[in-house]
Amino acid sequence: MRHFFRFPLLSWRFVPVWQRNYLVWKKLAIPSILGNLADPMLYMLGLGYGLGSLLPDVGGMPYLTFLAAGTVAYSTMNAATFEVLYSSFSRMHVQRTWDAILNAPLTLDDVMLGELTWAASKSLLSGLAILAVIWGLGLYGDFWMTLWIVPVVALVGFCFGGLGLVMNAVSPSYDFFLYYFTLVITPMVLLCGVFFPVSQLPAAVQGVSSWLPLTHAIDLARPLVVGRVPDDIVPHVAALLIYGSLGYVVALALTRRRLLK
Amino acid sequence: MLKARGLTKRYGDAEVVRGLDLDVERGECFGLLGPNGAGKTTTLRLLLGLIEPDAGHIELAGIEVPRRAREARMKVGVVPQMDNLDPDFSVRENLLAYGRYFGMSKAAVTARVPELLEFAGLASKADAQIAQLSGGMKRRLTLARALVHDPDILFLDEPTTGLDPQARHLIWQGLRRLIGAGKTIVLTTHFMDEAERLTDRLAILDHGRVVAEGAPRALIETHIEPAVVEVFGEGLADWTARHAAGLCQRFETVGETLFCYTRSPDTVIEALGNAPALRYLHRPSNLEDVFLKLTGRDLRD
Repeated sequence: MRHFFRFPLLSWRFVPVWQRNYLVWKKLAIPSILGNLADPMLYMLGLGYGLGSLLPDVGGMPYLTFLAAGTVAYSTMNAATFEVLYSSFSRMHVQRTWDAILNAPLTLDDVMLGELTWAASKSLLSGLAILAVIWGLGLYGDFWMTLWIVPVVALVGFCFGGLGLVMNAVSPSYDFFLYYFTLVITPMVLLCGVFFPVSQLPAAVQGVSSWLPLTHAIDLARPLVVGRVPDDIVPHVAALLIYGSLGYVVALALTRRRLLK
Repeated sequence: MLKARGLTKRYGDAEVVRGLDLDVERGECFGLLGPNGAGKTTTLRLLLGLIEPDAGHIELAGIEVPRRAREARMKVGVVPQMDNLDPDFSVRENLLAYGRYFGMSKAAVTARVPELLEFAGLASKADAQIAQLSGGMKRRLTLARALVHDPDILFLDEPTTGLDPQARHLIWQGLRRLIGAGKTIVLTTHFMDEAERLTDRLAILDHGRVVAEGAPRALIETHIEPAVVEVFGEGLADWTARHAAGLCQRFETVGETLFCYTRSPDTVIEALGNAPALRYLHRPSNLEDVFLKLTGRDLRD
């Protein structure tokens, strides 16, 4: 394994890879956007209104607002994860598109950086769509403050894109992605304060939660929705950056072992 | 144009490429032949700088590989063994996308597309989806794609495997045009007729080593008797035991056929006149005979 580890060499050559994915996406943009957005939107509105009407304020805000802030992060995480698992895996393993690109003057570092930035871009759309609903329903405290959610969403997409690439690198087939969803993504959704405040959890579980990347994402997004400056911005941003970068570096080594041995 | 010295690649205990030396001159068509698992594809991947050798030195288009592989690959076009055209794009879009990977501007690639489509015989298919193309069309498009940046040297890994004879001839025609235009070509194949037709020089690889190298004709002359008489039919074993050693310079029995390699086929045929139950086929020896002599007849799967 040590043999396959090298510090990534970043270059602008990743841009055509991003562009390739963008051009393919553009062909089916409308169904793709609808498909990506319908699910989180339905959950948010269904639970927000249905369950929210039974509840008092949650975390100091109406439940719909609480849930909407969580959904921005959750929906971004999902979009980035789906992209680097199913779509990247198709390009890498099934269509052999990466192999074709590697014969050009691109390295695996470039190809995977292109995939990562593309996943972050695509998930940005998912996050922005939820943000648009927040604006539309007037769920925000201060409009200008909510604009800070845009870079937060991009960062969340980067973080989960990087982490998902690790899974992409080690999966023999699509079936294995289910483990990632069952063992990583779903627990994260339940532990990180999407649907209810982390403070409702037992103290030990709260300790675990504070290490999970989605917690950091939500701790940034939720205050921004209600119009507050988030606490501990630097550690949260750093955590998301570190998780994403570490994921990219590890995924690069694992994929190098897989494709370029 | 291409120089490799002492190229070695190990996977665990298995040495897949063992001290390979290769030289390919500018404008030459060079063949790498070998049974499955001889190390042909690994050698190509090493030469392209996709994987790192455990030992050895490579110079591709005058550029050191793998240290400067990125620059070297700017001058190389690759036709891989398995088609990996982009199924999400049309024929034209495949060429445009591939040009971008080489840093070409949209205008520069667009200007080249008609010429490339004409070369591939796909001018009428510019907007077709990849799934609509036949196997031969896909190969031709892959070849055109490898030319998008006008490389000096082309690597082709089994370019006609899986194609029907018509499609193979079209690929050969395309390759001859490229050779005529002065491109350097390195191709792997296990079709002997392909190697005999196209290559100026070839190396036969076995177990990661070059076992013979030279022009196809010269290899046949050096390594094997000029004629082969293949004998088969009732009573072959008996006839072989009695006459083969005396009549053939070298012989072997494969299944129900005796391969008699000889410098004087007439003598063999005359002797066969006394054995009416046996049938025979007399032909000049070819590259396949050399190949089988040097690499053996065992299956390599």
